[in-house]
Amino acid sequence: MMEYEPVIGLEVHAQLLTSSKIFCACSTAFGAPPNTNTCPVCLGMPGVLPVLNRKVVEFAVKMALATNCRINTYNRFARKNYFYPDLPKGYQISQYALPLAEDGHLIVETAAGKKRIGITRIHMEEDAGKLIHDEHNPYSYVDLNRTGVPLIEIVSEPDIHSAEEAAAYLRALHEILVYLGICDGNMEEGSFRCDANVSLRPKGQEAFGTRTELKNMNSFRNVQRALEYEIKRQEYILEGGGEIVQETRLWDDSQGVTNPMRGKEEAHDYRYFPDPDLVTVHIDETWIEEIRKTLPELPMARRERLQKEYGLPAYDAGVLTSSRALADYYEEAARLCGAPKIAANWVMGDLLKLLNEEGKTFDACPVGAASLARMIRLIEDGTISGKIAKELLQEMYAAGKEPEEIIAERGLVQITDEGALKAVIEEILAANPAQVAQYRAGKEKVFGFFVGQAMKATGGKANPRLLNDLLKRMLAP
Amino acid sequence: MELYELTVHELHEKLVSGETTAREVLDAYYRRIEAVEDRVHAYISLMKETAYAQAEEADRSIREGRIGPLTGVPIALKDICCTRGFPTTCASRILENFRPPYDATVVARLRAAGAVFTGKTNMDEFAMGSSTETSYFGVTRNPWDLERIPGGSSGGSAAAVAADECAAAIGSDTGGSIRQPAALCGVVGMKPTYGRVSRFGLVAFASSLDQIGPFTKDVRDCAILMNVIAGHDPRESTSVPVEIPDYRAFLDRSVEGWKIGIPREYFMEGIDPEVRAAVEGAARALEGSGAKLIEVSLPHTKYCVAVYYIIAPAEASSNLARYDGVRYGFRAEDPRDLLEMYKKTRSAGFGAEVKRRIIIGTYVLSSGYYEAYYKKASQVRALIREDFDRVFALCDVILTPTTPTAAFRLGEKLDDPIQMYLSDIFTISANLAGIPGISVPCGFTGEGLPVGVQFLAPHFEEGRLIQIGSALSTLMPREVRRPRL
Repeated sequence: MMEYEPVIGLEVHAQLLTSSKIFCACSTAFGAPPNTNTCPVCLGMPGVLPVLNRKVVEFAVKMALATNCRINTYNRFARKNYFYPDLPKGYQISQYALPLAEDGHLIVETAAGKKRIGITRIHMEEDAGKLIHDEHNPYSYVDLNRTGVPLIEIVSEPDIHSAEEAAAYLRALHEILVYLGICDGNMEEGSFRCDANVSLRPKGQEAFGTRTELKNMNSFRNVQRALEYEIKRQEYILEGGGEIVQETRLWDDSQGVTNPMRGKEEAHDYRYFPDPDLVTVHIDETWIEEIRKTLPELPMARRERLQKEYGLPAYDAGVLTSSRALADYYEEAARLCGAPKIAANWVMGDLLKLLNEEGKTFDACPVGAASLARMIRLIEDGTISGKIAKELLQEMYAAGKEPEEIIAERGLVQITDEGALKAVIEEILAANPAQVAQYRAGKEKVFGFFVGQAMKATGGKANPRLLNDLLKRMLAP
Repeated sequence: MELYELTVHELHEKLVSGETTAREVLDAYYRRIEAVEDRVHAYISLMKETAYAQAEEADRSIREGRIGPLTGVPIALKDICCTRGFPTTCASRILENFRPPYDATVVARLRAAGAVFTGKTNMDEFAMGSSTETSYFGVTRNPWDLERIPGGSSGGSAAAVAADECAAAIGSDTGGSIRQPAALCGVVGMKPTYGRVSRFGLVAFASSLDQIGPFTKDVRDCAILMNVIAGHDPRESTSVPVEIPDYRAFLDRSVEGWKIGIPREYFMEGIDPEVRAAVEGAARALEGSGAKLIEVSLPHTKYCVAVYYIIAPAEASSNLARYDGVRYGFRAEDPRDLLEMYKKTRSAGFGAEVKRRIIIGTYVLSSGYYEAYYKKASQVRALIREDFDRVFALCDVILTPTTPTAAFRLGEKLDDPIQMYLSDIFTISANLAGIPGISVPCGFTGEGLPVGVQFLAPHFEEGRLIQIGSALSTLMPREVRRPRL
């Protein structure tokens, strides 16, 4: 049996988070009533002209820099001509012969280690509108709110050889876009969309096989599943001596299969040519440097630094850098409390759980990083126990109060007075002679029973270390 | 002398001095229009209602001492300029009922200057033509000979000025559409530098060539209108932020010592001998006043028409894609599906010449042909531009005939696109190079048809064109001849 190697290239469309559209002043807000975020320019009325939104170039350059691309000092817009009712001008303003940026790459982490994936190009373009079909009516409706919303298209080299790698690459791109604050990354709303080109070739062969293009995958999981399916499908055909048909296929999520796209699949000739309404975009070194200065530390670099600087395991560093807000939060808390590993446990554990329960992110965390740091210090200096701290954090989260405030209100300070604790223990030992006898006879498990009793008697406020010490001493035969 | 016979500056003087009112002036024009319009058919639609409101406003502002450069002056707009709330058809069925919710920048500037809009003038459909015969709303006739064409595509604007149906008019020039009809109707017409007058709100034909300009009865009026319409517009990316001089400062100045380039490629066979004689007469008159004539060469001239008829249709095929029946304008009835809606709408909505150019343009941009046609044409266009750069190092302006012949007969070239295209042979190069050009009347043929001489200048040197046009007018006083209507 022949062994095949999948060859995958991905095209990602990311909506940029500018407040106005790429060629007019209309709002880019999602979810407005149909055709309210429109004007003569984005409606493609006669005689109107596009004027480029500088912010779009700035955002696109950020992504180009973050993915190690060469930025074309002079790049230009071209018209992609085709007829469709969601495309008011009958052409999409995109970039073709001279895109914004080329020749980049991204390092992604896969199960097999780090891998370099080439980026062919990044270009700017305008989004099209949406068609809404009415099942009970012979009409289709056109909503042009999305028309002219800025997009960047990021095209990878065919360097990807498995569905897993594809998913890792997409996650990395997504993470960078969101980190840069230039895309909200919402796949459901279509802010981050992906198409894939897939072909197979016998292992060792250089020439590419015939490819298919996959569309309609609106989550990372779907991309991976669709690619896995498509690779198997092509393998099956090739093994049976068949030939792959070059076509566009749609992923059907409910059936878990890809199907050929019907109807619209015609050989398009987009008749690209330079858009005479727009001048060449000039991006000089000064502008690039200005933008470079605004770039945040990127997720991979940050992960590595967190491991080195705070001695965190790779897993922790990964979780803590999964969003810029989370990483910023963590770093502030770690710095202020001086106990980075403990801070990591609290952030990744209790706090993340509380946020997840409410579907919140760290941007909107009711417990400030400084408050968390103070709480950790209170544990460290023995004022409260870890067990108490768990409850305390919940209360801080719910009430938005500072830890000291709650401790004072509720008298949660740990009992560290040896005499007081001794008196409590003496009472417990006196009340439970049978258990004392068992322990002294060598049944050390009973120790936990005494700890529980002591905690119960002190309302959880006994200093655990002191309690342990005293119990051991007092139980000694 | 009738009010409607006056130039813009003469009218403005009378208005400002209180000798007449904007309302009286407008009355005079609408009476004139009523008298001659059924023969000339310069207009697609009249804007009577808003015109009288503008005239009233003009009279009020004159009384209050707020006087703009065009306050109370009746001006006609080519029906390719978007007018807020008023039909803008581009002489096409596909836009028959289209009312733009915005003004073209040029319209807004004229409004702010106090102009009164008489109406929207006829033109070749989507400005594609050289005779105003491809209009969906019927032909316009040349006021000098009603059996002849007024030129095109801005034939309605040229005829309206020549027939005194407005004091001045706005046109657009993609390959000669202002200068050629100006020459054939005996009026002054200027195509400014590409980027000097905003294209915002000008329904696009070929975006890299289109430019708006004025039709006037004399060169002084041309300067006055240019002062109003020229200037940077942030709504257009190709609008150039270059300082605008006061064009009136170039009037009544000598051209003594100027070098006038006479490109030999523009005086070859094919030019009507009478046209040639009139143009050479103008050149000699300028020479007599102290200018020097020097022979120059623009070697790539022979490619101009071919290059133009690749680039202009290519851009047009894309610019006209928006007329799909989806959002505004004409839509065919009862299509079975989307594709049929497109086909039926565009088949019935566009005329033959527009369809011819969409097909040519689509072809030259198609994969496999792009390199041989569009790309090659763009390269040759650069050479044509370089020709001018070289020649303008040697001379101040270039002088050529505006057209190879005087006005031809209605229907004469309608079925022969090549012959029709060749009538723009001397004007196309300025659009390809982006330089400004002016056509100024310089005499008549034996049959009494006007002849125009064209001057071309380097980018943003419209001042030179005003200066030499004004000088020529002094040397060859405007003939008192008027079209007999």
